[in-house]
Amino acid sequence: MRRLLLYIIIITTGFIFIGRLFYLQVVDESFARLSEDNAIKVVYNYPQRGYIFDRNGELLVSNQPSYDVMAIPRNVKAFDTAEFCSILKLTPEELSKKLDKAKIYSPRLPSIIVPQLTKSEYAYLQEKLRKYPGFYIQKRSLRDYQTQNGSNVLGYIAEVNNKIIEDNPYYISGDLIGKQGVEGQYEELLRGIKGVKYIQKDRFNRDIGPFKEGIYDTLPKKGKDVTISIDAVLQAYGEKLMENKRGGIVAIEPATGEILSLITAPSYDPALLMGRQRSANFTKLYYDTIARPLYDRGLLAEYPPGSPFKTINALIALQEDVVDIHDKFSCNRGYIYGRGRKLGCHAHASPLDMIPGIAQSCNAYFANAYRRIIEKYPTPQEGVDRWSQHLNSFGLGQFLGYDLPAGRSGKIPNSNYYNKIYDYPTYKWYSTATISNAIGQGEVLMTPIQLANMTAAIANKGWFYTPHILKSIEGEPIEDPDYTEKKYTTIDSEHFIPVIEGMRQVYKAGTASALQIPGIEIAGKTGTAENYTKINGKRTQLTDHSIFIAFAPVDNPKIAIAVFVENGYWGGRYAGRIASLMIEKYLRNSISRKDMETWILTHSLEDEYLKPLSGQPFTINK
Amino acid sequence: MAKGTISFDWITILIYLLLISFGWMNIYSASLGDVPSGIFDFSEIYVKQALWILLGLFMIIIILSIEAKFYMKFSSVFYIISLLSILGLFVFGKTINGATSWYGFGGVSIQPAEFAKVATTLALANYLGDIQTNIKLFSHQLKAFFIIALPALIILPQPDAGSAMVYAAFLFPLYREGLSGVYLFLGVGGIAVFILTLVIGPLYVAIAVGIISLISLLQKKNKRPKLLMLFGIIIGAVALSYSVDYIFENVFEQRHRDRFNIVLGKEVDARGIGYNTNQSEIAIGSGGWLGKGWTEGTQTKGKFVPEQDTDYIFSTVGEEWGFLGTSLVVLLFVFLLLRLLFLAERQKSTFNRVYGYSVVGIMFVHFLVNIGMVTGIFPTVGIPLPFFSYGGSGLWGFTILLFIFIKLDSERMAF
Repeated sequence: MRRLLLYIIIITTGFIFIGRLFYLQVVDESFARLSEDNAIKVVYNYPQRGYIFDRNGELLVSNQPSYDVMAIPRNVKAFDTAEFCSILKLTPEELSKKLDKAKIYSPRLPSIIVPQLTKSEYAYLQEKLRKYPGFYIQKRSLRDYQTQNGSNVLGYIAEVNNKIIEDNPYYISGDLIGKQGVEGQYEELLRGIKGVKYIQKDRFNRDIGPFKEGIYDTLPKKGKDVTISIDAVLQAYGEKLMENKRGGIVAIEPATGEILSLITAPSYDPALLMGRQRSANFTKLYYDTIARPLYDRGLLAEYPPGSPFKTINALIALQEDVVDIHDKFSCNRGYIYGRGRKLGCHAHASPLDMIPGIAQSCNAYFANAYRRIIEKYPTPQEGVDRWSQHLNSFGLGQFLGYDLPAGRSGKIPNSNYYNKIYDYPTYKWYSTATISNAIGQGEVLMTPIQLANMTAAIANKGWFYTPHILKSIEGEPIEDPDYTEKKYTTIDSEHFIPVIEGMRQVYKAGTASALQIPGIEIAGKTGTAENYTKINGKRTQLTDHSIFIAFAPVDNPKIAIAVFVENGYWGGRYAGRIASLMIEKYLRNSISRKDMETWILTHSLEDEYLKPLSGQPFTINK
Repeated sequence: MAKGTISFDWITILIYLLLISFGWMNIYSASLGDVPSGIFDFSEIYVKQALWILLGLFMIIIILSIEAKFYMKFSSVFYIISLLSILGLFVFGKTINGATSWYGFGGVSIQPAEFAKVATTLALANYLGDIQTNIKLFSHQLKAFFIIALPALIILPQPDAGSAMVYAAFLFPLYREGLSGVYLFLGVGGIAVFILTLVIGPLYVAIAVGIISLISLLQKKNKRPKLLMLFGIIIGAVALSYSVDYIFENVFEQRHRDRFNIVLGKEVDARGIGYNTNQSEIAIGSGGWLGKGWTEGTQTKGKFVPEQDTDYIFSTVGEEWGFLGTSLVVLLFVFLLLRLLFLAERQKSTFNRVYGYSVVGIMFVHFLVNIGMVTGIFPTVGIPLPFFSYGGSGLWGFTILLFIFIKLDSERMAF
């Protein structure tokens, strides 16, 4: 024992030390992180954010310098506070509060005292700055909006939050990041890559030179300038027409899938979400839960499509070979199915075949056609699934895949859906149970951009490019196959000819005959969709949504458009007029029908929107 | 060479050279200044250390050339000289970092306590090696303790508690030569009770001691004399336990209390007293498996760890050489100590064996306390890591201590 004791103690000590070192160096990571924090100072060099241009090369978004007044509390000496406060429009109390806060944060490190001075404030302060030791100006880059429109398309810039920092190691606290719209979608293109410098510090926090002679340092890479597919003139015109209304408009160039306009109403000036007032303005917009200006109706609102959906039912009926274009169906102010149930219709000539059926938007015609589609198959399940597959090929009932961060899938019911709601096989269901699908009511829901894309696919007679907002990067056209490869629908192109003719007749002799533009051949379709809300838990019907789809010119379509105006009553009333004006604006760049334009600009739907909130009984569809 | 020389233990010499070289590399890295200067600038401490190492090599040659008997014969003389040299500090000493432990000669400072260890070792070995000494006799025990305690008590108030503490290492050779295990037991047990009391409080410690004693009492019910002693121990332990609070609060100075509290995890104060330990742990921890590479340590470059070239040199190893480097150093030390222990055991004479055991004991205490402190498992006690820490006196002290033993070992057949 006397001989062995020291051996044992020495070996034990060796084990304990190696164990402790293993824990410190290999197991516990926290020390390694602390080491980076205290020995290496990281200085970032931010590149200029890329500019955004519209499809015609008009500059929409650039950058402007902004000037933060910074202070290092330790270096602040006595100064003329009265003069300083008057330049910066601060009260002395505010100033001393800000300085105290800065001192608590760190006496040695800079803090922002007044953020984002304007150029003129800065110019004035700069001359006097030498009188205020410890204060200096830090330049930052902010967005400079050259347009008051398209805030939903452009998105905005905000400081990163903790979640982003956790998820993406590129960002550090205080960094700016694009949110929503093009700024959010193409953040990595626009922001560029920040440069970084590692500086070795000593324990007094002094710089003692570049870390490892700067081998890890990088230079900033400038953000890329992008051209988006938006036509700024059309966008601005559309937003103007939608003032005092709610809804969404999407216009697409059918030949390319480029989004010409993406309008949501109500909207706001993009400059509101920039600079000193960003936070306050954002809060205001965010908490407007009634008009919901931050809600992009063009992409997010799921509406029943109404009658424009009949065009696609006509196409499916032709493709499934259940209807000949000359087949006539009679209509006696509606379509009667099952025990006295009736799908109503308005007064028009009867019976009608397909082309006038579309032009007159005859509900009975499409109820018959729809039943034939479903009943072609042995079970209604197979029929509905077949029908919904055709619709899926138009990008309906699923995410379209466009390059903007917001979206909804809409809804196209299939057999699973009906089996569930009708509790199949306990209860059976038949085509008549789904008859509302014939006229775009019932279970079918679509977003405006889906409706616009459907219109573009009709204009192209059977194919489309996935709608997209990015046109080119630094002058190089995009090459992403998602947006440069045609998507084909399941409908053969020959079937589009009668449907397009029907849509042309809508303007010539049908429900939109009052909306013709002299000299431009337009194909369109009106829509009027019933809709409901809940008032005190009671399902209450509101004035119908006004819906319109159109493309023009018919022979060589340049624009396909879908317009939804919430509670605008019938299709031709608001949506049809707006679509017609926008088509003329886009194709001619001038408006010949000033009276129509004036009618739209002077008519407001705000009273309509107040009805369900008033708490008073109200009438609809007036 | 003298009669009876077998051969020097080259294994020990090889480990010594490895430790010295690796130590110097770390001192070089830890002392790289803000402004790079010429390699022969004598103000750079790595240049000084290189010079101490070279002079040390000459000294080794001299030590190995002298007959082994010389060290035994003149042990008393060395002892008296070194006592005088540490006493002289009270009059002529130079104060560095609050401790009056140095003599200043121009630009060079010498720390006599480092050499006093060698002299005490020789004196103890000489006393125990005397054929008439019987360590089992209480009067002889007292005399041996006196030899050890005298230099320690002179060093303690300088103040240099670390160096004084090292003298506890002589318990190992005493125990090996037959000192009752009770001393060792009382020493270790006392420390254990002390620390446990600080961590879990006196009541629980008293209960624990009582239970342990009761168990051992039941096992040995026939041995009456031991029973009495056991009661003594219990009473002593309980008394110590309850007086710990008093000692801790009233006898200790605040800096001592702080150091204990840091290690016991009772207080975390990364910016204040715990700064050294915390920075040292950060530096070591940031090394990972393989370290950041020689002279690439960011903590070392930024001089975040205070005293990093001296007491905290091991943190440089940790940061720049990683777990690979630190475990290698630990293994080298363990191997060196075991080797020396093996050599000590094969000695024919008591003098040689006690000397060897003392060398192992002293180096072990330095190794234990220094690395324990740097890795944050021991309170902060400022003693150097042998062969690594910067300092000529320390380096020479350990070199002399070690190579006298190598010389003794090489002539072990002559006795």
